[in-house]
Parts: sequence; C-alpha cells; structure tokens
Amino acid sequence: MGQTISEKILSNHSEQNGVYAGDYIEANIDLAMSHDNTVLVHNIFQKIGGKKVWNPKKIVVVLDHRTPANTIKTAENHKRIRQIVSEQHIPHFFDIGQGICHQVLSENGFIYPGMLVVGSDSHTTTYGAFGAFGTGIGATDMAAVWTYGKLWFKVPQTLRFNISGKLSNYVSAKDVILHIIKTVGADGANYKSCEFYGNVVENMTMDSRLCISNQAMEMGAKVAMILPDKKTVDYIAPKKNVILDMLSSEDTCYEKTFDFNVSDLDPQVACPYRVDNVKSVEKVAGIEIHQAVLGSCTNGRLEDLFVASEILKGKIISKNVRLIVVPASRQIYLNAIEKGYIQTFLHAGATVVNPGCGPCLGLHQGVLAEGEVAISSTNRNFKGRMGSSHAKIYLGSPATVAASALNGVISDPREVII
Amino acid sequence: MIIKGKAIIYGDDVNTDEIIPGRFLNITDPKELASHSMQGIDSNFFKKFRKGDIIVTGKNFGCGSSREQAAMCLKYAGVGAIVAKSFARIFYRNAINLGLPIFESLTIGEDMQNMDEIEINSTTFIIKNVTKNLELELQPLPAFIQEIINDGGLISHLQKKMKS
Repeated sequence: MGQTISEKILSNHSEQNGVYAGDYIEANIDLAMSHDNTVLVHNIFQKIGGKKVWNPKKIVVVLDHRTPANTIKTAENHKRIRQIVSEQHIPHFFDIGQGICHQVLSENGFIYPGMLVVGSDSHTTTYGAFGAFGTGIGATDMAAVWTYGKLWFKVPQTLRFNISGKLSNYVSAKDVILHIIKTVGADGANYKSCEFYGNVVENMTMDSRLCISNQAMEMGAKVAMILPDKKTVDYIAPKKNVILDMLSSEDTCYEKTFDFNVSDLDPQVACPYRVDNVKSVEKVAGIEIHQAVLGSCTNGRLEDLFVASEILKGKIISKNVRLIVVPASRQIYLNAIEKGYIQTFLHAGATVVNPGCGPCLGLHQGVLAEGEVAISSTNRNFKGRMGSSHAKIYLGSPATVAASALNGVISDPREVII
Repeated sequence: MIIKGKAIIYGDDVNTDEIIPGRFLNITDPKELASHSMQGIDSNFFKKFRKGDIIVTGKNFGCGSSREQAAMCLKYAGVGAIVAKSFARIFYRNAINLGLPIFESLTIGEDMQNMDEIEINSTTFIIKNVTKNLELELQPLPAFIQEIINDGGLISHLQKKMKS
C-alpha cells in the first residue's frame, strides 16, 4: 500500500520498516527547536538526570517571544538561556532581534524536505511547507529529546486537501486557510497530518505556503505538508540540497479528501473568539477597530509587507487606529527597508517594532485594553490572547489588515483604490 | 486505581490561553502557577474547585499553544483527572508526560451536572456518576502510555529507564 508523506518520513526515522497510520513508533529527531521556554526544558532535562545534550548541533534556540526583555523576570530568563546555550555548546543560538523562530529556521537553511523536526512551539507545523514533518511538543517531551534524541509518535491519519481555481486580487493564502479552517473546524484535523495539493498550492510562493502550514495548526493539525518542488529547492539552496521522493502513489490511504475551488473566494475574517468562526469580509465590514497588527510567524513575511505597503503607499491610516508592523525576521526587515516598504509604513503613521512575536501573545508591543477591537494578521483570536479578555481580535490577511487600518473599520481590500 | 472527585464541567474547545493566560507564563514556581489555573475562562474556578475534583469537558480540550504550563498548572492545582470528548494533541502529550490522568469518551458530559460525584477506575476504564448512578466506558489508553502515567509522568519514567 502506498504511504502518505508523513508515513514515508516517519518510516525513514524509525527502526520499523513501512509504518502506517495508527502505529506507535519511536523516531529519531533531526532537529529540536525551543525558544523563550528553554529554561523550562533545561530544568526538566536536569531532573531526568541529563548532563550533556544528545547532540548540540541538532538543537536550535531562538529568543523571540518577549524580545527585548519586557520585565526583569524575562531578562533573568533570557540570561539563563544564554548560560545554558554556552554550557551545552549549542552552536545555533539566535539572540533577540533576529526574528521569530519559525522564520529564522526557514530562511537559514535548517529545514529541508523529508526531515523530522520538533519544536516546543505549536506552530512548528510551519515546516510542512518544505515537506518536513514539523510538529509542536511540550517542554517535557523536548527534555526527553535533549536527553535521547528520540520521541514516541502515533503515526497520524492523513487528510488530503485539493485546492484548485484562481485566486482573485487581494485574496491570499491566509484567506484560503481560514476558509478551510471554517469548513473542517478548530479540531477538524486534530491528531492528523494534512497534505495540501492542487494548482493553487503549486502556484503559491514559499511565503504563502509557510502561511498555510503555519495557520493549519489552528484546525489541530499535527503536521501540514506541502509537496516540495523547484520553488522549495530554490528557497533552501544552496544551503541544503536534499530532496526525497515524496509523491504519494495511487493506492495511498487518506482518511478523507476535501476539494476546494477558491476562484470565487472573498477575503475571509476569523471573528472572536474562535479561529473557525470565519466570515466573508463583507459580513463584518464597517466594524470599528482600534488596532491593526501586521506580522507574526503566519503573515510577517516580505510578500505580506509588500501587499500592505501597496495599499498604504502615499496614504495616512485612520487617526483612530494604531497600526503595528512586526517584520518576522531581521532579514525581512532589511529587505523591506531596501524595497521602501518600511518607509511607506512609517509615512502612513504605523509603528514598526523589532522582529519577534510582537503583540501576538499579549505580553508587550501593543497589548489591548478592555473594550478595544483589533484586526490582525496573526494566527489566534482567543479571548484575552492580545491583552484584556474584554478585547476582541479579528484575524485577516495582510491586505485586509492594511485596508482596515486605512479606513478605521474592517474593510474589504478590493474596495481600496490604489 | 480509583480517582474520586466532584465534576467541574466546561464546554468544547477550551484553549490554553483560557487554562493559563500568557501573562502568567513567566512564573516558574508550579504552585504559584497553579493558583492562576482556568483564570482565562472562569474567575470562580477556585470557589468551586477542591483538590481531587475532576474536570469534565467537551471536544478539543487544551487547543492552542504548546505551553506545558497548561497541563502543569492543573496538575499542581490538584485536578484529579480530566475527562474530555477529545483533547488537542499537544495538551494530550503534555498531560501524559506530567502524569496528569486524562481520559476520553465521546459521550462524556451528557446527563452530568456540575458537582456530581464522580469515580474513575483507571484500570477498567469505567467512569461512574455516583450522584446519578450512571456508568460509562472510557476509551482505553495504549499500555505504554498508561505506564508513563502510572510512573508519575515521563520524567520519572525516563529516570526509571536510565537506572535499569
């Protein structure tokens, strides 16, 4: 019987030959990423009895969640992480200001097709955009990986998504994935591997594919795989050049197949307080906003900043809105300066902050007050996520965020005249 | 093993920001962390909760971030067990790794009310509503996962493995 992408990768990483959905396996880990929660990982690692990590070269640590340190407690935490990295001789350490872990790993050649990556961050599914099995784990699991380099997995069932059609102007990967999440629900892919196919995915840039694989976590996906192609290889080369035969054969067993034609898809908005509470932008257009956020590991990439800058060029945002822009990495920030996007944002009245997770998790750089409403290109709109539990977050594409910032109300980007 | 406590009921899709809001993640003392459990969804949680009580909830409990603090705060608050229609996968792993007993049943919660007396037999996977005299079968866990929970979590499980 043919294997899904996940079954192929997990087979390659375990002692068992030819594993299939439902099997429990122990798998060898290629790369283990942790961020500001590294102290917690290290404490547990010591409790287990670990002295030296299994392979320092296979561990990457990125500081991104509260950067620069927002409190003394955070500063102490970061200080301890720097000590741990030095004591354990971990060569791949990215201190504050270099960007969000998933973007830093993606653009620095750490990820390649066919690898098995774990991260102590739920959005580790992002690496599926390269055809890598990337999945989020907790700190204790990560401490076990630090000790042994292995972890148990249940081989997941696979959902197949065929996405066809032609996207309209200002309708992007974010709208596609929000539409899919609406259809399958916030737990529709729980414990499952998702594979995305179709001409729409094939035509997508790597930035767009990374958005799909990242946001798919919000339907519970364990991994969110996209078949690697020339674009994948061009993105990672010359850093790595590994490509595997991952094409599924005809007798591959999928739990369910979904077919989407997205030719008529409107911009989509996820409404409070659920990521699967998704409506077409026209249904929520006109809702007053106080803050607009452009950034995150979902939509803080160069093409996201480009789209927003096109909409904001030569214009001034509404006086009632704070627009916060967070480039996902230093490299993106530099490229955006070179291309003039950052100047456009600043002239339009935006506040541009340093690369990192920014206000996405409600700790700093744009916390919401009671009663405030935000539109955001981030990935979660849970109650209290961005500050007060009496604030509301709507999620939309970078184009929708920019158009809304301009008008002071949630707006359809197709109606903004450029 | 028999786990006894009163039922505290929540709905579907309780997320990790509700179990432990992001602003508390800097806290490293598990007991202090525990004192903020469920504060994103229920500010009255500690008015009704007594050590050993059992959280009964709908589908996709613990969705959202990978923060292990979500399972940790509930364990240190003294939650006896969590019974859900389903768990989000990272929370599920985290709970097992911390030795926090978790059980799944697709029909859990029906005919059950807050503060009902509950008994779970973790060997036979039977949950009993003592107040209403009803019984329900829970989905059994694979043996090696049950072993991790019985050892008190992955840390003590691995310590045991290292010694042997």
